[in-house]
Amino acid sequence: MSVTLDIRLKRANKVYHEGEAVTGVIVLVCKEPLQHHGISLSMEGLVNLQLSSKSVGVFEAFYNSVKPIQLISSNIEVAKAGKIPGGKTEIPFEFPLQTKGNKVLYETYHGVFVNIQYTLRCDMKRSLLAKDLSRNCEFIVHCQPQKAKVAPTPVNFTITPDTLQNIRERSALPKFLIRGHLDATNCVISQPLTGELVVENSDVPIKSIELQLVRVETCGCAEGYARDATEIQNIQIAEGDICHGLSIPIYMVFPRLFTCPTLETTNFKVEFEVNIVIVLHDDHLITENFPLKLCRV
Amino acid sequence: FYLERSRGRNYEAELQRCHPEVALVEFGDYHPLKPIMVTDTKTRRGARKGSTSSSSSSSSSVPPDPLSSMLDGTDPLSMFAAASASETPAMSHSRREKEEEAVGPDFEPWSSKRGEILARFTTTEKLSIVTAVVSVGKAPSPGSSAVSEKVRTRLEELDDLEEGSQRELLNLSQQDYANRIEELNQSLKEAWASDQKVKALKIVIQCSKLLSDTSVIQFYPSKFVLITDILDTFGRLVYDRIWTMCSDPRPLPDSFTVEDVNDTAKETCLNWFFKIASIRELLPRLYVEAAILKCNRFLNKSGIQETLPRLTAMIRGIGDPLVAAYARAYLCRVGMEVAPHLKDSLNRNFFDLLGTFRQISGESVRNQLVLQRVEVPEYLTLYSPAISWILQCIAYRAPEDYINCAEIWVEFTCRHFTKREVNTVLADIIKHMTPDRAFEDAYPQLQSVIRKILTYFHDFSVLFSMERFLPFLDMFQKDSVRVEVCRSIMEVFIKHQVELTRDPVILNAMLHICKTMHDSVNALTLEDEKRSLALLIIGFIRMVSFGRDFEQQLSFCVEARATFCNLEPVLVQLIHTVNQLAMETRRVMGGNHSRKTAAFVRACAAYSFITIPSLSSIFSRLSLYLLSGQVALANQCLSQADAFLKAAVSILPEVPRSISVEGKLRSSESFLLDFINNFLATLLVVPDHPEHGVLYLVRGLLNMVQDYTWEDNSDAKVRVYISALPLLAAMSQETYLYSIPKVDSNETLYGGDPKFLSEINKLCETLIGQILDHLKALGRDEKVAAGSRLIRTSGLTRRQGAVAFSLFGVLLAHGDLRNNKLSQLAVNLWNLSHKHGYCETRISVRTLESIKHQAQQPNMTHLSDTVQRLTLQSRT
Repeated sequence: MSVTLDIRLKRANKVYHEGEAVTGVIVLVCKEPLQHHGISLSMEGLVNLQLSSKSVGVFEAFYNSVKPIQLISSNIEVAKAGKIPGGKTEIPFEFPLQTKGNKVLYETYHGVFVNIQYTLRCDMKRSLLAKDLSRNCEFIVHCQPQKAKVAPTPVNFTITPDTLQNIRERSALPKFLIRGHLDATNCVISQPLTGELVVENSDVPIKSIELQLVRVETCGCAEGYARDATEIQNIQIAEGDICHGLSIPIYMVFPRLFTCPTLETTNFKVEFEVNIVIVLHDDHLITENFPLKLCRV
Repeated sequence: FYLERSRGRNYEAELQRCHPEVALVEFGDYHPLKPIMVTDTKTRRGARKGSTSSSSSSSSSVPPDPLSSMLDGTDPLSMFAAASASETPAMSHSRREKEEEAVGPDFEPWSSKRGEILARFTTTEKLSIVTAVVSVGKAPSPGSSAVSEKVRTRLEELDDLEEGSQRELLNLSQQDYANRIEELNQSLKEAWASDQKVKALKIVIQCSKLLSDTSVIQFYPSKFVLITDILDTFGRLVYDRIWTMCSDPRPLPDSFTVEDVNDTAKETCLNWFFKIASIRELLPRLYVEAAILKCNRFLNKSGIQETLPRLTAMIRGIGDPLVAAYARAYLCRVGMEVAPHLKDSLNRNFFDLLGTFRQISGESVRNQLVLQRVEVPEYLTLYSPAISWILQCIAYRAPEDYINCAEIWVEFTCRHFTKREVNTVLADIIKHMTPDRAFEDAYPQLQSVIRKILTYFHDFSVLFSMERFLPFLDMFQKDSVRVEVCRSIMEVFIKHQVELTRDPVILNAMLHICKTMHDSVNALTLEDEKRSLALLIIGFIRMVSFGRDFEQQLSFCVEARATFCNLEPVLVQLIHTVNQLAMETRRVMGGNHSRKTAAFVRACAAYSFITIPSLSSIFSRLSLYLLSGQVALANQCLSQADAFLKAAVSILPEVPRSISVEGKLRSSESFLLDFINNFLATLLVVPDHPEHGVLYLVRGLLNMVQDYTWEDNSDAKVRVYISALPLLAAMSQETYLYSIPKVDSNETLYGGDPKFLSEINKLCETLIGQILDHLKALGRDEKVAAGSRLIRTSGLTRRQGAVAFSLFGVLLAHGDLRNNKLSQLAVNLWNLSHKHGYCETRISVRTLESIKHQAQQPNMTHLSDTVQRLTLQSRT
């Protein structure tokens, strides 16, 4: 006797904001009538924090103390114990997305050491002989757009051997002059990161120019913290010995789920940076780092 | 793993495959060797419409037989039939046509270029291909609905593909390579059909990556063709998939807007764009996004408009100029397919291409060429398909920009290349300016093109051997412009064509051009305009010579007469040409015509004889009759000569008293007198017609003169009589002053027959009698006028004096003054002319001196008697 249980959200993109109602249907499909002991639906929002392995040694004591932070949790009964008729049954539901007290609904974010995730869970209790059925469905929370307007401030940069830090032998470096700008470092998350870059000259041909989007996640409390920077994505904007003096667009779409508005709480931080990485043909690697501030408008 | 599952049925996929839009899988499936199929798409489309309107989804893909819809869903096998039938090329063809409708049939489609490129850019070198071993069967379990999980798996798979297990296939021949690409194309379609969208994307990314590899550079253009076929397929699959998602309850119309697209479809579409935006490498990211450019239609109105410039700028990041050029070509290609009206990006692409052109001579390229042992000229040809495609896109329906460029380019071409290249430019201009009669707005530019060509091409045989030159002229459809263009060509021709020509190419073209000018003449054309057109046409006719081939020359004149019948000066010229032809024939034959040449000169005479009457100007007719008569005579065509002269005489009465000369009415008298004097001089050598009386033509002429209504108060008639006297005197000589070789004049015919001489004398007497009557009448009228005290009456005596003096002069020169009567007449005339003192003393004195001088000649002594009787009246 097979039965499938599914949760279908009304919105195709599954994106909801605080104060809205998460609506949808629970879909049950079974060939024959089905006996059950009650169907319930729960909503949960959690922040999961994890320490990186390299931090574990240092904060071993602290490690265990990192517990998930609950943002929202509620439960409703969808159906009392009874019988579902054979065929397809759709049970509509509506869940208000409302926090209790002064808690804030952070935006959904899938990171490495920080995960902010919202799920709907539907449980169907059944008799002892049959297994309980359960189905999870993630939905996405976008935080309310910030009120203040974002005025983009362009950031100019010039990269030459002289502007570099962390180099062993400055004299061994070939000569180059790379200029450019980012249209803004306080970025609207739904809009791409843009700018321009010009290789004015370079003794050694360019091999590749890349934009590396980096997440900087900080977990910690009063006793100490762990801060880890990891790559989200790397986008190549130039390949090969590009024409000198010709501006090359800097353009990167912020990936959904893997980015969120820059977040700073007492327990954790999620920040983003972009590196402009220039690889020369002799495999010299030149990196220019720009901290970003993401927001949603 | 997958094989085990394969017994299961993916109904959704099957359903999609059955759907007509998804059936288009085959569309991009070109094999380089596959012939291009032409099918009657109209019928196909009609059939398709019919079938889509039927209710069941399974029948919507039934092949284009409208009857087959009868089987709708009734036959369990029909689904399979439908699935396979939908893959016939005919179906995809109809779709192809539909897509190209966006640009119109005047845009040469990519499909017609690709075969050419594949055939042209080949290599015998070994190729290599780097592919990831595409792992099979990692289809996401349908049960997992957690977004994060799903997305993560997919991204992991993407990473897999990008960095994962790669395999390099080495030593592939060109055919192996093409086969391998074709395999990838197949696996793309298979992956798609089995709902492995991520795998499909991986394949496309992998293929696009191959385009950054420029080893075996000679093959690159062909590689581009093969790989972009796959991209096209992919673009269509994605588009059709999303389109299908919106087809419930009713298929989207072709002109759908964002509002017609449901959220699920939008979300799917957005997902694709996000996925593509995260592709690590530049080239695949660019190509794949370009491939699904059309999908922007599902998301927002301005998507395509915003994406094209962005992708265009993105190409600047491609370091290899060849790779970049082809990326531009691809972007222009999809841009044209989706939004041909967005010209800015096309232009931007072209200018960026020019901007990066210096890279071609850069070190990176040089090193690469050295490494691959490819010469620069060969390397440069690799760009031609890409650049030509980009230019074709830019030039499409951009007549204004186009023609402004073409106008400049043609000069460059004229200056540095040969007619072949210029012809190509002309052909291209015609191609661009013909649709929608775009040339109508570009006459100044088109005229300038002609002017430039004429500046550089003076050899008309070269000019007209450009086969697109005359078709080019056909674009000038506004009469005034057309004539102006023809005129400018003619002016250059007349100025620069030095040698006579019989080149049929020139003749045909020039006849065409002259005819155009001639045909522009209508009732409203100004005289000046007609005259100048006629002059140009005459200029052409004078340059035509068939050398010794006189008959062809004559038939040219026959043709020209028919063509230019409305321009009288041209006809006049043609008659002159034919007369000249007859004389040339005579010269060639040394005056002795053979039977054949005799017939030919008679044909020439006939030509003139039937052409002259069509002229409206009476003096043209008269002088041409006379001239043609002289020519006929010179060619021993006696009856023809007779006919000409008779015709001239017979039209004399038609001569009006006044004619228009340069717009002013003037008396025709002096012209007429000139003509008659000329005519009389000819009559000396014209033998009498055996069937008519003696001096038939002279009498005829004099009769006409007598009957002609001369101006009042004019002495013209007697002046003719006076002029006739020397002729008659000359005719009575034993040996004529001049004669025509091979033509017997009256001197021979009559041999000084006394009857003939007496006829002449009678005629002379009659004429002198008439003249004397006239003199008397003048004197009488003078008296009447004086009696009535009319003012200005002295005119009559002055005229009397002048006529008398003229007659005196003729008698002195031609008369035999030993005859007393005649001598007395002469003295009387002298006195009459001096009676009223109107004679100029100087002339009188010189006349006397001349007579005295003559009197010293032998046989002239009698003149000294006469001179004694001529007295000079002093005017004091």
